[in-house]
Amino acid sequence: MPRRDDIKKILLIGSGPIIIGQACEFDYSGAQACKVLREDGYEVVLVNSNPATIMTDPEFAHRTYVEPVTPSFVEKVIAVERPDALLPTLGGQTGLNVAVALAESGVLARYGVELIGATLEVIKKGEDRKLFAEAMARIGLDTPEGGYAYSIADAEELVGTVGFPTVIRPSFTMGGAGGGIAYNVEELREIVTSGLALSPVGEVLIEESVIGWKEYEMEVMRDRNDNAVIVCSIENFDAMGVHTGDSITVAPAQTLSDREYQVMRDASLAIMREIGVETGGSNVQFAVNPRDGSLAVIEMNPRVSRSSALASKATGFPIAKIAAKLAVGYTLDEIPNDITHMTPACFEPSIDYTVVKVPRWAFEKFPGTDTTLTTRMKSVGEVMAIGRTFKEAFGKAMRSLENGRAGLGADGKDVFDEDRFDHMLAVPNEQRPFYIAEALRRGRAIEELHELTHVDPWFLDQIRQMVDGERAVSGTGLAAMDAEDMREAKRMGLSDIQIAHLTGTVEAEVRTTRLGLGVRATFKSVDTCAAEFAATTPYYYKTYEDEDEVAPSDRPKAMILGAGPNRIGQGIEFDYCCVHAAYALSDMGYETIMVNCNPETVSTDYDTSDRLYFEPLTFEDVMDIVEAEKPAGVLVTFGGQTPLKLAHALEQAGVPILGTKPEAIDLAEDRKRFSGVLDRLGIAYPAAGTAYTIDEAVEVANRIGYPLLVRPSYVLGGRGMVIAYGEEYMRRYVEQAASVSPDHPVLLDRFLEGAIEVDVDAVCDGESVYIGGVMEHIEEAGIHSGDSACCVPPFSLGADTIEHIKSHARALALELGVEGLMNVQFAVKDEHVYVLEVNPRASRTVPFVSKATGVPLAKVAARVMGGEKLAEMNLPDEDRDLGRFCVKEAVMPFGRFPGTDSTLGPEMKSTGEVMGVAPDFPAAYAKSQLAIDYSLPGEGTAFISVCDRDKRSIVPVARHLVQLGFRIMSTKGTARLLRASGIAVEEVAKVHEGRPNIVDAIKNGDVQLVINTPFGRETRSDGYHIRTAAVQHGISNITTLAAAQASALAIEAMKDGRLEVIALQDFGGDV
Amino acid sequence: MTGKRRALLALEDGTVFSGISCGVPGETTGEAVFNTSLTGYQEVFTDPSYAGQIVTMTMPHIGNYGVNGADMESRGVFAAGFVVRELSSMASNWRAEETLREFFVRHAVVAIEGVDTRRLTRHIREQGAMRAVLSTEDLDPASLVAKAQAAPGLVGRDLVAEVAVKEHYTWGAEMPSDCDLPVDTGVLSVSPHYRVVAYDSGVKYNILRRLAEHDCEVIVVPPTTSAEEALALEPDGIFLANGPGDPAAVDYLYRTLRELLGVKPVFGICLGHQMLSLALGAVTYKLKYGHRGGNQPVKNLLTGRVEITSQNHGFCVDFASIGPLVPELCGELTLDPTDLGAWVRAGVAPVVRSERFGPVQLTHVNLNDMTVEGVRPLEIPAFSVQYHPEAAPGPHDARYLFGAFTRLMDGCEDIFGDIFGKG
Repeated sequence: MPRRDDIKKILLIGSGPIIIGQACEFDYSGAQACKVLREDGYEVVLVNSNPATIMTDPEFAHRTYVEPVTPSFVEKVIAVERPDALLPTLGGQTGLNVAVALAESGVLARYGVELIGATLEVIKKGEDRKLFAEAMARIGLDTPEGGYAYSIADAEELVGTVGFPTVIRPSFTMGGAGGGIAYNVEELREIVTSGLALSPVGEVLIEESVIGWKEYEMEVMRDRNDNAVIVCSIENFDAMGVHTGDSITVAPAQTLSDREYQVMRDASLAIMREIGVETGGSNVQFAVNPRDGSLAVIEMNPRVSRSSALASKATGFPIAKIAAKLAVGYTLDEIPNDITHMTPACFEPSIDYTVVKVPRWAFEKFPGTDTTLTTRMKSVGEVMAIGRTFKEAFGKAMRSLENGRAGLGADGKDVFDEDRFDHMLAVPNEQRPFYIAEALRRGRAIEELHELTHVDPWFLDQIRQMVDGERAVSGTGLAAMDAEDMREAKRMGLSDIQIAHLTGTVEAEVRTTRLGLGVRATFKSVDTCAAEFAATTPYYYKTYEDEDEVAPSDRPKAMILGAGPNRIGQGIEFDYCCVHAAYALSDMGYETIMVNCNPETVSTDYDTSDRLYFEPLTFEDVMDIVEAEKPAGVLVTFGGQTPLKLAHALEQAGVPILGTKPEAIDLAEDRKRFSGVLDRLGIAYPAAGTAYTIDEAVEVANRIGYPLLVRPSYVLGGRGMVIAYGEEYMRRYVEQAASVSPDHPVLLDRFLEGAIEVDVDAVCDGESVYIGGVMEHIEEAGIHSGDSACCVPPFSLGADTIEHIKSHARALALELGVEGLMNVQFAVKDEHVYVLEVNPRASRTVPFVSKATGVPLAKVAARVMGGEKLAEMNLPDEDRDLGRFCVKEAVMPFGRFPGTDSTLGPEMKSTGEVMGVAPDFPAAYAKSQLAIDYSLPGEGTAFISVCDRDKRSIVPVARHLVQLGFRIMSTKGTARLLRASGIAVEEVAKVHEGRPNIVDAIKNGDVQLVINTPFGRETRSDGYHIRTAAVQHGISNITTLAAAQASALAIEAMKDGRLEVIALQDFGGDV
Repeated sequence: MTGKRRALLALEDGTVFSGISCGVPGETTGEAVFNTSLTGYQEVFTDPSYAGQIVTMTMPHIGNYGVNGADMESRGVFAAGFVVRELSSMASNWRAEETLREFFVRHAVVAIEGVDTRRLTRHIREQGAMRAVLSTEDLDPASLVAKAQAAPGLVGRDLVAEVAVKEHYTWGAEMPSDCDLPVDTGVLSVSPHYRVVAYDSGVKYNILRRLAEHDCEVIVVPPTTSAEEALALEPDGIFLANGPGDPAAVDYLYRTLRELLGVKPVFGICLGHQMLSLALGAVTYKLKYGHRGGNQPVKNLLTGRVEITSQNHGFCVDFASIGPLVPELCGELTLDPTDLGAWVRAGVAPVVRSERFGPVQLTHVNLNDMTVEGVRPLEIPAFSVQYHPEAAPGPHDARYLFGAFTRLMDGCEDIFGDIFGKG
């Protein structure tokens, strides 16, 4: 069946900002869909509020709306664009929910828009747990026993039937949000309350627990001719009870016999047919009782999912691309297999390797939260590793996590809590794989560990072999190892660092010995077909085998090192830069080589670069690829800290580094040398010092004066950074949190309280500098730049100040010898411009600035590294009037981490960002707020409670809100002040003043807006309770004065109806 | 590696692979082939069609879920030897009765692990299936290569006699005497509606289970059974099974079949499909490296739907060799009958004329390489498929063909159309 000609224009909805449970996999799938629909001659309209996505690059869709992914904004886009069809299955749960809302409210019917890929009925049957269970019963498949609760009382009644523990699953939520496992009534009430609140239909499933059963996923595709295939089976290492997003998973399934596998396959296809998914991909989850093989269906997602991104990367079968083609009428047998070109996509990939995915958590960012892994997803990213065997792949995955580990333990960093050893085995947690390995090292039996962990004995046996491999290595010693011993060690998944630790040597020595023995890595292809057909797409992984498949080539090669797993502080923005670098270098005639281990990304799409290596970003793994490919240059400045920290070692190993040299990076990062640079250039910076002991810290602090910004010397995303307002707090922090020592100095900077922070992204070619954008932060200095909202162009800075900032940036770029991207952070206080830090690499804001200005900075930088000069590039004038304001706002994951404080500070906590675009700043800010989860209230009660510092400045804000029709509620101190200024205030008790108090008011829905600025670092106080309650109830919670001012303006803009949608393509003239 | 017995696999072109023995000591020769199924190694190892072959599985982890009696596809192991990347040291599954290693020893199988099986697979793909020797005794590469070169190939070789039963038996009721395992017979009907005579050329048990489940009493007979003997059993239909070796060498079977065609409804699978085609006048040829796996896409030209199929064959039918094209039965289309891809793209099932049996329709085509997967004479009740609708291992998409057979025995005209996917 050929493509449909009755539709011409297709609307695609993206998934919005990166949040836990919904990451850049939807940029990968959406970008693929945009590309193939365009190639097929359709006009593509895209809505996505996330500027750091490849899909929102203006060339991916015909009309790109960086607007909030909400029903009202998408409706506006529909009204302007009048698409024929809406493809809702590629934008995650967010996109799907918006599509459902638009269908149900009649908007789609009114504008004659057809839902393609999944109809409303299909979505509801797949996502509504009650309809789903009924459908399963009709086709004779079991689902865990349970029932639907719409209130706490319902839930308590149901639990009488299913018993404890019980699993709570809200309908229509994603990443297990609002769900959990309750072991008692108290937990039940708590989880059901949040589940009902988060489910858009107020429905939760109270389900019989199948904790301990084996968990499987099947990725299924079906076309409108009823051809259906399984793309990939995935087996979870962690048994039922851990969200699949938080589980270690393995592809293909390892412990099912063919009979059992085919039963699951038949069930998956029957489910597709019963639910009625006519075109596209779905994901079905099963639980299997390990004792008798009985099968229960857990859930299905009638859309492209995180698992389908993983399955695509694991098999080479591009699910999203094919789902898009199926949605417009093609059938599977009409679509060629991208990798073989000779065979059709209508088949089931066979793989001759093993894939392991391991989640990446960031609990250290959210102290106070429960770190147990449950049905509620908590990880912020993931890595995937490919090896011939599970052992190889698991070892690789464990060294890909960017957490300082070199594998599954045996790297000198193992620390075990002996008192809680078995608890750490029995209760799923981030450290559990290390405990399993250690238990096996200590000789504990597989059966016993299986009882404790419910991990399948086969996986435990594999880990036992890895541990035996360690023992063999340490028993033999490096000097005595022959080639066969060495090869066997590598085949057990051990890294050079682990071998070095086990043999008491260093990594470099292991490498030299290994290569001396002739034990070299070999590279094999991911080809969808287990070598049955020749593959034309060079997508490789490393292993230790006889044959190497890397195809020779004589074009100059440029190798781009990716950013590794998403974590807080390093997310999609860096992947975006790597992808742009690949595009630009390819345009320049380079053969591009991408190295990365993050399956969610566009960079690991085999279409992005000429050659893809799915490998960890460690020295060993990168060097092995360098030796296989011999690139003309390696780019280390696009993937954030991950590749940057390899720069020195690579350079020392003789690897040519393209662009900014490690020496320049050092100059910017070494604080002493950097102060020298600033002094030489006559640029001001906050007084600072380094301390190696407590006493030194006190001395430096006294010299500089409080408040102080204190942090460990090597940090990413402001990790562990605090603002100290006095000696006692500073002492406690330096002693405990930073555990200062000669090896771990702390850095102390004068904190410029109340200063305006400004970021600049620029490109330098060694001769001239192009300022890509000047971003004025909305929150004042002290909030990590990744967490603060900012605006391009600046909305309040004077022209002189901006000129100062730019000239400082130019001087710094040239002085440091930057060749490529550079980010400078400034603080402006009392008209004085201070430099806070310089990062001579791609920054988090590069995609935002590129989108805001229309100049693709990462591409410009890559061209510079490839040898072009800025002067040759015809870049638009830096000072041109953009004709718009673009506001970037950060998205916080606090809702996922109950118990942690939601105050912003110098430590970055956001997972993603959105952009608002409008002709004026207030409207742009309003859009940015509407694009994140919390909507801006148009009326109601604003609760205002500010610290003394902010009291004077809050008065005009309160007055503005009153003019906009808000009632004001305050605690005593702020109330007195506002009344004195003639503002009517309702007074409310503080938490410790008794009840009812402000938290009760928030819980009762009496407050629609919270403005609560903290001072210093209080935690278990009023502010903490207020912010926590606000987060739980989804109320806009403003913690800085500047944001309060901007919010009032934004509410005004919204109420005036000034929030029109604008396509990026309409900002003509500046690209 | 100490304490482990080395083993070598040598190919006739001089390529040698080294590994560790994971079966019994010994030496074995056969044609080296690969199978890409991710699950179902036990069904592969016990499929009699692999007689005369050394099989490598492309899935690197083999043996993970052990071995059990119910998954046996015949009374034992007929393949010459096995090559795997990693044999599991344990069996983890509630159905497991022993480890694969124990099974190999019990069945005296020569097998090798630790081999770069992807290299072997790529080599076979590029160079074609070839003769090989697997040995734990002779570790001299040159000597092994010479032995491989001296080994007999599969072309022209009849291996059916080695695997077939010697005397007929009724499935489930009276099993053959050399079948020592408790066999899983599947669901047997108390009073079956059809009686089927199944010619055993190496039949997989799951075919018999599927036939029994479709209300058939199945009498399994040796391949040398004459037409008179078969008809004397008063069958409603004749079934032709899968089997090893070169189909052209099994001439006695397709000659017998010619006497049965038009007399009784006939259904053939794999070698049985080749028997039907040869009886219709086709020639068969050897594929470069065959189809072995559980993911082969086959298009049913009559319904337009694609089935994901289980396959295991090295020889293939040349459709155009049956006879000249019959344009009036192909919607007046006169595409090249040797270019099956053109017919697939046109969505039309071509018909050629067999001199002896009249028009024959091409019903199924492999979408990977556009080779013949199924034929059906239009004027006599018979049809056959090259692939394995009984699966085991593999997907169940084509189970409908067993229903089609019962419909054929019922005298129905439209045996595929409206029952697709409900088998």
